[in-house]
Amino acid sequence: MRSFIRTQLWPAVSILLAFTVITGLVYPAVVTVIAQVVFPSQANGSMIVVDGNTVGSSLIGQAFDAPQYFWGRPSAAGANGYDPTLSGGSNLSSTSQTLITDITQRVDAERAANGDAPVPIELVTASASGLDPDISPAAAEYQVARVAKARGMTEDAVRAVVARHTTQPFLWLIGEPTVHVLELNLDLDGLLK
Amino acid sequence: MAFEVAAGFRRRLLSSSVIDTARGTRRLAREDRQAQAGGSPRNRGIFDPKMLRGALGPAARKMNPRALAKNPVMFVVEVTAALVTLVFISDFVGLSHGAAQEVGRAPSFEFQIAIWLWFTVYFATYAEALAEARGKAQAATLRKTRSETPAHRRCDDGTFEDVGSSALRCGDVVVVREGETIPGDGDVIEGVAYVNEAVITGESAPVLKEPGTDIRSSVTGGTTVTSDTLTISITANPGETFLDRMIALVEGAKRQRTPNEIALSILLSGLTIVFLLATATLRPFGLYAGAPLGIVVLVALLVCLIPTTIGGLLSAIGIAGMDRVARFNVLAMSGRAVEAAGDVDVILLDKTGTITFGNRLASRIVALPGATEREALEAALLTSVEDETPEGRSVVELARRRLAEIGSGGPGANAAAPSPEEITTVVPFSAESRTSGVILTDGTVVLKGAVDAIVAALDEEAPPELKTLADEISSLGATPLAIRRDGRPLGVIELKDTVKPGLKERFDELRRMGIRTVMVTGDNPLTAKTIAAEAGVDDFMAQAKPEDKIARIRAEQADGHLVAMTGDGTNDAPAVAQADVGLAMNSGTSACKEAANMVDLDSDPTKLIEVIAIGKQLLITRGAITTFSIANDVAKYFAILPAMFVVAYPELNQLNIMGLSNPQSAILSAVIFNALIIVALVPLSLRGVAYRAAPAADLLRRNLLIYGVGGIFAPFLGIKAIDLLVTALHLA
Amino acid sequence: MIPSLPGLLQAMSLFAVAILIARPLGGYIRKVMEGERVFLSPVIRPVERGVYKVMRIDETVEQRWTSYAVSVILFSFVCILALYLQQRFQASLPLDQGGVPVGPVAPDLAYNTAVSFDTNTNWQNYAGETTMTYLTQMAGLAVRNFVSAATGIAVALALTRGLVRKMSPTIGNFWVDLTRSTLYILLPISIVAALVLVSQGVIQTFASSITVHTLQGAVQTIPLGPVASQEAIKELGTNGGGFFNANSAHPFENPTGLSDWFEMLLILIIPFGLTFTFGRMAGNARQGWALLAVMVIVLSAGSLVAMASEERSNPSIPAAVAGEVNQSAGNMEGKETRFGADSSGLFATVTTGTSTGAVNSMHDSFLPAGGLVPLFNIELGEITPGGVGAGLYGILVFAIIGVFIAGLMVGRTPEFLGKKIEAYEMKMAMLVVLFLAFSILFFTAVATATAAGKAGPLNGGPHGFSEILYAFSSQTGNNGSAFAGLSGNTLFYNVTGAFAMMLGRYAMIVPILAIAGSMAAKRRVAPSLGTFPTTGPIWVGLLIGVIVIVGALTFFPALALGPIADQLLNNAGRLF
Repeated sequence: MRSFIRTQLWPAVSILLAFTVITGLVYPAVVTVIAQVVFPSQANGSMIVVDGNTVGSSLIGQAFDAPQYFWGRPSAAGANGYDPTLSGGSNLSSTSQTLITDITQRVDAERAANGDAPVPIELVTASASGLDPDISPAAAEYQVARVAKARGMTEDAVRAVVARHTTQPFLWLIGEPTVHVLELNLDLDGLLK
Repeated sequence: MAFEVAAGFRRRLLSSSVIDTARGTRRLAREDRQAQAGGSPRNRGIFDPKMLRGALGPAARKMNPRALAKNPVMFVVEVTAALVTLVFISDFVGLSHGAAQEVGRAPSFEFQIAIWLWFTVYFATYAEALAEARGKAQAATLRKTRSETPAHRRCDDGTFEDVGSSALRCGDVVVVREGETIPGDGDVIEGVAYVNEAVITGESAPVLKEPGTDIRSSVTGGTTVTSDTLTISITANPGETFLDRMIALVEGAKRQRTPNEIALSILLSGLTIVFLLATATLRPFGLYAGAPLGIVVLVALLVCLIPTTIGGLLSAIGIAGMDRVARFNVLAMSGRAVEAAGDVDVILLDKTGTITFGNRLASRIVALPGATEREALEAALLTSVEDETPEGRSVVELARRRLAEIGSGGPGANAAAPSPEEITTVVPFSAESRTSGVILTDGTVVLKGAVDAIVAALDEEAPPELKTLADEISSLGATPLAIRRDGRPLGVIELKDTVKPGLKERFDELRRMGIRTVMVTGDNPLTAKTIAAEAGVDDFMAQAKPEDKIARIRAEQADGHLVAMTGDGTNDAPAVAQADVGLAMNSGTSACKEAANMVDLDSDPTKLIEVIAIGKQLLITRGAITTFSIANDVAKYFAILPAMFVVAYPELNQLNIMGLSNPQSAILSAVIFNALIIVALVPLSLRGVAYRAAPAADLLRRNLLIYGVGGIFAPFLGIKAIDLLVTALHLA
Repeated sequence: MIPSLPGLLQAMSLFAVAILIARPLGGYIRKVMEGERVFLSPVIRPVERGVYKVMRIDETVEQRWTSYAVSVILFSFVCILALYLQQRFQASLPLDQGGVPVGPVAPDLAYNTAVSFDTNTNWQNYAGETTMTYLTQMAGLAVRNFVSAATGIAVALALTRGLVRKMSPTIGNFWVDLTRSTLYILLPISIVAALVLVSQGVIQTFASSITVHTLQGAVQTIPLGPVASQEAIKELGTNGGGFFNANSAHPFENPTGLSDWFEMLLILIIPFGLTFTFGRMAGNARQGWALLAVMVIVLSAGSLVAMASEERSNPSIPAAVAGEVNQSAGNMEGKETRFGADSSGLFATVTTGTSTGAVNSMHDSFLPAGGLVPLFNIELGEITPGGVGAGLYGILVFAIIGVFIAGLMVGRTPEFLGKKIEAYEMKMAMLVVLFLAFSILFFTAVATATAAGKAGPLNGGPHGFSEILYAFSSQTGNNGSAFAGLSGNTLFYNVTGAFAMMLGRYAMIVPILAIAGSMAAKRRVAPSLGTFPTTGPIWVGLLIGVIVIVGALTFFPALALGPIADQLLNNAGRLF
């Protein structure tokens, strides 16, 4: 029994304590210190500050339904969507009646607002996180006419702004081309410097 | 040619050291041919109609659940067969209610499934019974010879009393006279006699037995003394004799599962439990999906998935493997030994008797300067024509052949075949003169003998070539004999231990199988090297003593090798015991036979090679049918699953890629296929998968293609064909 | 089933770079685990010695397999108990999330979570941002990410030693293996990886959550936390437990396409690397290459199917609507724009080919064929390439079974690396297979047959069954990903799930250590032309066949009722 405590139980308890300190406290502390020094913006959430007010994170999407704004993707995070404390997707299956009903309704809504062009699928399907900050360039293009009309801008002027907030994949290979909805809308509002 | 020489001496020599390798080679070639061509005599050996009929009854008895319990796979099938039978009966008499909506709930369907499940079990037990049939027949023959024989036992006071052989105990001394049967295993302590061992070896030529010669002194109960009288010290109690053990072995009565069989059974049992889980849980899964699955359908799926093919044939394969060894007249003390033979990668072979004939035979006759070859040959012929020793016979043989080759005619042509009349006196070999030969009517002395003895009797100084030649021959491990005619040296005969024909090819074959051959000899290193090169062995041990052998075996084993060796003498026993596979010659001492895990009744050491091939063949057969069995499951899924779930999700019928006509037919066809494939593979199991000597990678590629890939596709065809038949016959 | 070119290139670049890194890493791991000096020794060695001093152990004393197994199990149970208590009392401990109130974790959930993280599963019946304090996340959960992964490496090394040693009574010292894996392998890579992730936008802060007013005037509370340090080990240690509920789909955990690719890379390098470690220790690099080839081939095949499947449009979208929708982006329900269908399919394959279980998209919303890939990967036992350590020891079990079945066909009794495989090893290997099958099938059966179980699935039809099957497959396989529609935070699922996770972990590790012990004690048979080759293409093909067929045979009926039926119904436009 004594040998069991000495060779088994004590090492088990003590190594857990040691690693709790090393990997549970020292490690995150070290990473935090370096991150805060080297990448302060990213480490703190890539927050967008306008006139001293934090208007959001460039990584966290926001809900838009006003005609002068580009709309992001449907969100299953929280009852009204885009609630960062309730991140997640719909988890509806491809054979789900609910999903198909949702999609049909969203298609109708999008078409009512944006005209008869085919709706890009990402505008009628919920994202995985419910916080997706991006839409595809096709989804942006689909909304250009409406936004231009609502803002009294030419479509090309709107497209120029869209282009500024379009990101290509890393090395044109990794990831997908995206349009950042919040930054795009801030830019349209003239709030982005 | 040299073989013919040896064959000529066979009868006279009778010693264990003369080996008929060529016979072994021919035998193997025959086996190969027969393995390729179906319906050969050998196949008739297995599928003798009498045996086929004879196995019917024992097979049925083997279905006793208690007997079957040691085979978990077939036991499960039997339990399910009983279960389905009960379901059928209850449905037939209308006992079950409310189960009608379950898939496959129809008495006629249940009846057929039950029948085929019983057949599945029966086919498996039949395969085993058939495999045992041959051994049983052989055992019956042997048992006849074991019947009580009278024995003359020596009493303490030196008188003899007549007792039955069953009364004999270890240490008793008996006398056996001409024509009598030896009552028990023992060692000859007195007398010299010929013994007929045909009961055991099948060889009718009698064998010389005499005391104290180690190899020739052991006798086996049941054999017959054909000349003279022997006094024998009994070495085995009744029931423990060699014959008793042999009967038990060929009969397979005490057959124990080999380590690999046990391991394989664990795999099969494991898979059976896994599939039991997979099918049992399908009931709730089906209910969740709205498809209540009946027990009959689930049982059908279970039986098709568990490895019934290998489960049913496993023991038959093992028995048949032992039987194949037995048919080579090798008695394996356990299946384990046969299995181990497959693993062997180093073979220790005695030079004398195994690699070479063990007799020095004339290989060259060289004329000295001043003599023609013809003269030398004729003189050699004369010296040996009355010499009845193997050496002498070989000189005659060689000289005659050479003379015929160089053609008759020319000077001295008529001397080519001296008639006995010309010879007045035969000069026999004596240790003193170290020469032998003849004196002709004209007084000419023609002698052959040790070089220095001949040289001493020459008229003149020996030519330097004689010495050079003699030294050269000696250095190669051969023996030079000089020839003189009166005072004139004519030539030198080279007597050499001859490597048996065909061995080099066998060793090449072994090398391709990844097996290394080591020749063991008492010769000096130079001689050993020469013979080793000639025989094509990979390595040799020169000037080896028995203790060197065992040290070598241990060293090889420490390096991770599995070693096989043959032995006959008592001093071989420790090495034979140490080796992973020890093959004792039946002619050897009982100590050696005790130590060995196999005994060759023909006393042919090169049989080790065949035994290795059989061991490999046994393992390959087992692996091939296991692979085949598991690969079969893929197709069975495609037959049964769509049929099972078609009620819940008709769309799943897209998985019915074979286009089976209806769910019941699909399930029934799979079950029938599953039963019939056992029957179809019985011949393969009993005969063994065709084996070729080849590197492991080649064997794997080939067998994987046939039994793995073939195993995936074959049942698609089989099940489809059965489905067409079942539908045509309106069975489902 | 061929995905688009960008998808293919992405997958190929990922696997190629992972192999490039894995090769030197594998050599490094061997050196570390055999106690040789490496370039980090000057820094780490003193810490290592300190740890031994605290444990009061002698690093040169090795253990028999039994003692090794006791250490593994005991350590795990101590960890489970400690993590359970930490969650129960987290409200009284410092460093709560501020802003988002979190109380003590409920007993059954705390139990499930403790087991989950200590078995390297990281199944989450909770949402991190609202359930766990910062302290629980980093000093509880993230610590388990380290030690459970290190335990995996330790066991893999123990088995490797067992296979390559000759007549050895011992297989290493667990405490030493655990310490070295953590300090030399996991920790240094994690520090670098965490900083790379921060550069991409992964947060690393102890600040409280921020409340912002959105452009359209709504209020958004954004939880923060020390995410990058946890994210790095979560991927590297193939753990997969997210800081946030959305896991690697959450922009704070996985902000860009590049971070996504990098996270997949982190997942793959150690499992790939260990095959090189194995090859070196076996004294024949080709032994390791063969295992790697098997892993990469199966992983690639799965990736192709998953990517191609998700690039398709959902056939259930009615024809009337379909004409009004541009579905060129594929099946985007439950996927992030920045990843798209390709990266989502690839990530799903990588996370389940290993035992990671992190998700960058919602597997539940995959088309059934796409969802079949992660499910099937898990049911194969997660060995292609498998979890950190767990993948290597898992594939070695299959290698042993494969050698046993097919090895006979070369005419020798089966051997692996010169060690004879006999009844004992077979028994242990079959136990592993049996326990995995039992845990998955039995618990799924119980769930489908009970009201408590049937209450779980969100979706109807075969997909509901898939959700249950996936849950128990994932927990048994110690994966942790989910068809997340299932409501798992119930007494029934918390308790049965914890059992499944423990079975999947310990019922695998103990028999494997038993094999290690018995193989270590054997003599090693010298190779010859007659030896069954465990290198080269035939062996690779054979091993793939054994893995796929054994996996398929056991689970094919269940899969037929789940994803396969689901896909066929989906094709037919059936809805539930």
